[in-house]
Amino acid sequence: MGMAADSEFHVLAVDDSIIDRKLIERLLKTSSYQVTTVDSGSKALEFLGLHEDDRIHQNTPSVSPNNHQWRLQEVEVNLVITDYCMPGMTGYDLLKKIKESSSLKNIPVVIMSSENVPSRISRCLEEGAEEFFLKPVRLSDLSKLRPHLLKTKSKDHCKEQVDEKPAFPSPKQEGKEEQQQSKNNKRKAMEEGVSPERTRPRPNGITSMV
Amino acid sequence: MDVVNQLQRQFLDYSASLHREGFLDDQFTQLQKLQDENSPDFVVEVASLFFEDCEKLINNMARALEQQGVDFKQVDASVHQLKGSSSSIGAMRVKNVCIAFRSFCEAQNREGCLRCLQQVTHEYSLLKNKLQTLFRLEQQILAAGGSVPAIE
Repeated sequence: MGMAADSEFHVLAVDDSIIDRKLIERLLKTSSYQVTTVDSGSKALEFLGLHEDDRIHQNTPSVSPNNHQWRLQEVEVNLVITDYCMPGMTGYDLLKKIKESSSLKNIPVVIMSSENVPSRISRCLEEGAEEFFLKPVRLSDLSKLRPHLLKTKSKDHCKEQVDEKPAFPSPKQEGKEEQQQSKNNKRKAMEEGVSPERTRPRPNGITSMV
Repeated sequence: MDVVNQLQRQFLDYSASLHREGFLDDQFTQLQKLQDENSPDFVVEVASLFFEDCEKLINNMARALEQQGVDFKQVDASVHQLKGSSSSIGAMRVKNVCIAFRSFCEAQNREGCLRCLQQVTHEYSLLKNKLQTLFRLEQQILAAGGSVPAIE
């Protein structure tokens, strides 16, 4: 309950360009987020505690409602923002890996790209990306992050989405409906659409600042 | 503080001319806005990274274009990176050359690519000189006890 200070939020930024990393770091710090930057998708997954075989390396109980919070507090990541075009693992590949991981799937992911390719944007949004920003990213773009971060904070206190192992392994299933609903509202880069927070139910006790 | 005023005006005029002549676009202004007490050298740092990156990429392109069998995909990859960096810093003329450069890569046109390489090298060194002049003006203002005016 109450307002979470922005400095409580830790954003992991992924970009192979050193200039873009510096830029996104400055933008995020200016917006009062804690920032970690890495230069590849594989380093991002390492940082998130995920190995190739999709298991987290610390010992955790097999069923835990919030096991993504469970890993070392000091490396808790509240949002991942990643470049699309990267050698090796693309931002899209990284997004997929995060959404397919039971421990990481609730972390909001934002994609950045220098190219405005509608099919690329759709693919990312359909795969579960919360936003798609065109580069160069601006401060005004970052203001769109807060609703997604606030949602995850309140989710930890709500029992609506329990992260235990699903009976039928289909990690995307539960998110699908929600995604369908707000899909039309996410196409910012293609057309100036309504921002998602207008249609998503607001959790109680959170004041929204626009 | 006549000296400071003079320097400040010089700075603003010079900055305006860089924009007018297309060397810099609004993204550069955005970078300047991100600079503050917490990050007082932000723009200079980004510019330095950009120059280093430019040199590295231009060398990559030159080497790739020298080959008997040119790997245009490799050239294009470097141009794509340079286009991204120049866009991020607001280096408009460099970026525009990159756009043309990519078309020549796609067309596998070696002559066209070499011309663009020459152009991009030229634009890069022009920009480097101009930004160094701009930063020097900033330093002079600060040394004279003034503050660098914000660009609107």
